[in-house]
Amino acid sequence: MEVKQISLFLENKKGRLSEALDVLAKADINIRALSIADTSDFGILRLIVPDPDKAKKVLTKSSFTVRESDVIAVGVSDKPGGLASVLKLLTDADINVEYMYAFVEKSGEKAVVVLRTDSISNGKKALKKAGVTVLSSRDVYGL
Amino acid sequence: MIWNKEAESMRIGERETLQIERLKAILRRAYKNVPYYKNRFDELKVKPADIKSLKDIKKLPFTTKTDLREGYPFGFFAVPRKEIVEVHTSSGTTGKPTVSGYTRKDIDIWGEVVARALTMCGATKNDIIQNGYGYGLFTGGLGVHYGAQRIGATIVPVSAGQTKRHLDIMQDFGSTILTCTPSYALYLTEAVAEAGINIKKLKLKAGCFGAEMWTDRMRDEIEKRFHLLALNIYGLTEIIGPGVAQECDQKNGLHIFEDHFYPEVVSPETLDPLPDGEKGELVLTTLTRDGMPMIRFRTRDITTLRREPCKCGRTLVRMDRITGRSDDMLKIRGVLIFPSQIEKALLEVKGVEPHYQIIVTRPQHLDEIEVQVETSKKLFSDEVKHLEEVKKKIEKHIENSIGLRVKVTLVEPKTLPRSEGKAKRVIDKRQL
Repeated sequence: MEVKQISLFLENKKGRLSEALDVLAKADINIRALSIADTSDFGILRLIVPDPDKAKKVLTKSSFTVRESDVIAVGVSDKPGGLASVLKLLTDADINVEYMYAFVEKSGEKAVVVLRTDSISNGKKALKKAGVTVLSSRDVYGL
Repeated sequence: MIWNKEAESMRIGERETLQIERLKAILRRAYKNVPYYKNRFDELKVKPADIKSLKDIKKLPFTTKTDLREGYPFGFFAVPRKEIVEVHTSSGTTGKPTVSGYTRKDIDIWGEVVARALTMCGATKNDIIQNGYGYGLFTGGLGVHYGAQRIGATIVPVSAGQTKRHLDIMQDFGSTILTCTPSYALYLTEAVAEAGINIKKLKLKAGCFGAEMWTDRMRDEIEKRFHLLALNIYGLTEIIGPGVAQECDQKNGLHIFEDHFYPEVVSPETLDPLPDGEKGELVLTTLTRDGMPMIRFRTRDITTLRREPCKCGRTLVRMDRITGRSDDMLKIRGVLIFPSQIEKALLEVKGVEPHYQIIVTRPQHLDEIEVQVETSKKLFSDEVKHLEEVKKKIEKHIENSIGLRVKVTLVEPKTLPRSEGKAKRVIDKRQL
């Protein structure tokens, strides 16, 4: 199963982020990872949650503009150069990274990196070929 | 200095006699030569002969921009086309442009009224007039040009834009009078400061600014920064162009050249004439124009007429600075647009919802339009790059359709006011 990411449009307005998070809290949805891309007048909140479909439903119901998209999650050893080696692999395979964010799993041994490449399938292929641990949705949601 | 003392300082009773004579003559010609007027007069069962005094003018039908458009392009000409020596048009952003045709005599009249206006600003044949109004179909550039030539001043036809050129010419030629839009004048003051030009070395003594709404505060600012006398000029393509009215150095309103243009102020709701001193929509009738007589043209501009004597010695009626419009039209950097045109362009972009708001501001003395658009599922992407592309695409499409650059801001769905009858689509934050 592909790892799904929920993204939503946030107007650059006071309290808007907390309102979105509030909706998730009320629906009892835990957030595994998040990142915010911000520009001068809007932001995009990107989330990894255990139940993306439910998150999408409750957020849409609260009038947020929501999108579900596939991302790649990889496990990287939590030490200097871990991420750099993964990125080099992608560069060598001529694959572009649109955006990425990382978090450290609970055990603290591995960092999980969420990547959005221009082609998800090519990205996955290249990573797998080089022996990088590409995580399944179950791996990620259950962290 | 008064350019045409006889006309501008004429005894009021005498002028009224002149006006009614001219009105009768132009009505006869309009009725005879322009089918549109004949039809409208016949519908209202009014004949030119029914107009015996100036007060009777209220019996006549109004003419609107929409009417003019129906006659596009030459339907309002009252002379054979070969008698027309020049045409101008409105910007045409609100649909088909309206065409204005001038006979040789009309061009002479235009030169005459603009000469009066420039003289009010202190222009003589010794002056160098730097003209920053656009040359072309727009009446601003050529109107000022003809007036300057009539006076015999040295006209420098720089046209609009070209800031660097303006700065160079201002310094090198020693221009004494600047003519352009007030917002461009303010912009020039900043450019002068940025270029490190010593304002005291400039020879500018006066500015003739118009073609858009502005305020006394803006005037103070321009005068302070440019060390000149800033005066307001008014006009519109349908009537003649610039030179319908001009402020004198008393700065207490614009003198309307009423021997050529007969003014009325009417209530925009009831269309009843309002007494002097009351605010309403300005309606103008051309009294001398051969090529294209305009009968009771609704300008949509809001003003007040005042007849108290003016210290300058002119007996011409004065109108207040324009404070607004009676329709929802916006005047942005001199260009008239309807919010509906922005809407039309906006909705042509795939995936855009019809929820938007237009915000007009004037941050750096130049008008800016921001169009807030609600995001939709179709527009939204998890990548900033894509959303920026959506913004640019909408901006570009609107610019291509209305000819004005706008800034598009994406906002969240259901955050803009919904249309319940009359939606508040436009927020004009310019302080006028």
